[in-house]
Amino acid sequence: MATKLRAPRAATAYWLVLPAAVWLGIFFVFPFLSLLATSMYDPAGSAVTGYDMTWRVQNFTEAFNDYNVYLVRSLIYAGIATFLCLILGYVLAYAIAFKAGRWKTILLVLVVAPFFTSFLVRTLAWKLILGDDGWFVNALQTIHLLPPDGRLLATPFAVVAGLTYNFLPFMILPLYASLEKIDHRLLEASEDLYAKPVQTFFKVTWPLSLPGVVGGTLLTFIPATGDYINAALLGSTTTQMVGNKIQVLFTKAGDYPHAGALSVILLVIVVALVLLYVRKAGTEELL
Amino acid sequence: MADEVNRDLRLEGLRKRYPNGFVAVKDLDLVVPSGSFFALLGPSGCGKTTTLRMVAGLEDATKGTISIGDTDITHEKPYRRPVNTVFQNYALFPHLTIMENVEFGLKRKGVKETQVPVQEILELTELEAQANKKPAQLSGGQQQRVALARALINRPEVLLLDEPLGALDMKLRRAMQIELKRIQSEVGITFVHVTHDQEEAMTMADFVAVMNAGEIEQLGSPYELYTNPQTTFVANFLGRTNLIKGQVLGREGSGADEMVKVDMYGTTVSIKAGRVHTASPDVWIGIRPEKVIIQPQDKPIDGLGTHFSEAVVIDRSYTGVSTDYILKMPWGQNLVCFEQNTGRRGGLVTVGTKVDVLWRPEFAFLLDSSQDAEAGIGED
Repeated sequence: MATKLRAPRAATAYWLVLPAAVWLGIFFVFPFLSLLATSMYDPAGSAVTGYDMTWRVQNFTEAFNDYNVYLVRSLIYAGIATFLCLILGYVLAYAIAFKAGRWKTILLVLVVAPFFTSFLVRTLAWKLILGDDGWFVNALQTIHLLPPDGRLLATPFAVVAGLTYNFLPFMILPLYASLEKIDHRLLEASEDLYAKPVQTFFKVTWPLSLPGVVGGTLLTFIPATGDYINAALLGSTTTQMVGNKIQVLFTKAGDYPHAGALSVILLVIVVALVLLYVRKAGTEELL
Repeated sequence: MADEVNRDLRLEGLRKRYPNGFVAVKDLDLVVPSGSFFALLGPSGCGKTTTLRMVAGLEDATKGTISIGDTDITHEKPYRRPVNTVFQNYALFPHLTIMENVEFGLKRKGVKETQVPVQEILELTELEAQANKKPAQLSGGQQQRVALARALINRPEVLLLDEPLGALDMKLRRAMQIELKRIQSEVGITFVHVTHDQEEAMTMADFVAVMNAGEIEQLGSPYELYTNPQTTFVANFLGRTNLIKGQVLGREGSGADEMVKVDMYGTTVSIKAGRVHTASPDVWIGIRPEKVIIQPQDKPIDGLGTHFSEAVVIDRSYTGVSTDYILKMPWGQNLVCFEQNTGRRGGLVTVGTKVDVLWRPEFAFLLDSSQDAEAGIGED
């Protein structure tokens, strides 16, 4: 009886997996293999004349040697932005989950609301806000937080601020989801067991929210590392990130092999960091 | 902290009014003697858990004071009170091991050397083998013991238990009742146990306070509460009771021997003044079903007491150890009689038999007839 039941169930599972598998095959596996192949083409060719497959692994070392500055800068900018998102997002998610009461839904809608406007338009808006003659810079100059000729636009600050702004919702939502799930009785139990509010936070709330922290930081860090819009619109030549270089190599220089190699390097670095991070955070042990 | 004198938990005029206007606890006065096992018993919504949470500091008191000995803790933060709680669903920290859960309180208090006390408490609660597991890997009974260990290890002056056995099945619950009682007598800490299970309260507690609608209906030892209830609610909530209408005829004697004479459908019964809990002339005469004795009419019955004839057995249920009879009295009311199956009768009384009914007058009690005869029935 049991075996009779098991057989069709297994088959059903495969059928259910199939659509997603086909989708991933067409839109992820194939393009990825194509990218991998492109990164080993002979750079002597061009996008117009086509490339020869020469299995040229030197493309990777060349791309790395030429652009490691941008890779490091991307990781640093994305790291800072992720950290800022975590601080800002945690405070907000905590407030929504524990203190907002009947305002919960409205606040969550407000968190998501910016998505109704295009990413590009929102980033351009920051260009106006941080502009050299904008009210924000003028105000900072008036209170001497910025020298008279100081500027915000085209600085690392603007790029990191843009990244932080754009990816903040990706941090808040997973954080909120895991904070909201925390049983309030656990906080009461902690308080009952002599934990001051700060201790309750670090011993109970924070560890129980770790799945959200890990989820949020990954959703922020990974796309922020590869982002080029913020650096392109809010930065300068000295704040370019690896995404900008890849974009230039693909679209301006037409150097597909090196662009591909740089993309693969970025991917490998990010995947390695993520694996290290997830293992370190020990999230698989949580609940 | 260690002085033996007067560390009673004292609630004075304690009141809880919620922002929506609901008064959960109405001016409660209560003294829990130090070192006692004290039960707050009542149906759900009677305010017993709210009272407990106010003692723990998890709920603010609207009015009144809470003190332990001479120390007023009414406005003390929960983490500064010498009080710990065993929560209803245990509220164990899912991310910590059993050992980490248990030592949580000591660590927060800044105790450096936790190994010995942790070992001791794990032994007391028979959890040594589970020390490195996570709560989710434990059975309900084991989780219950972790919750107890986690609270007890701090040696609080008062341990609060909020329906601690409510999530366990019947058999385990009985076992844990004995276990809890053993642990309490071993550690000698004041236990305040909130429950809606009257049997649990009676078997475990030294004192029981029966709560109803935010007030204490009666406080006393389980024996006092059961044998001499002061309200119909207590009479019905603790076990079952027969309530028969009567009219007070007058009083006789004085002091401890003072008796109240009551007319009950033509029969005059005398009840000790100490068992009379009303000043009204209209009363309920209460008698517990197991105090009611029956005998088929054709067989002689002797013994002192209130005696009726012409009752008929109209229903019977045999439960093995005892038999429950429903008797139709001459005035039309149904009474319940529980009879131990001692075998003295050589069988059961059959339905339809005319019986004589008897009970000893000292077992009856008088309640105010303005109270609902159904109060406390079927609530939990």
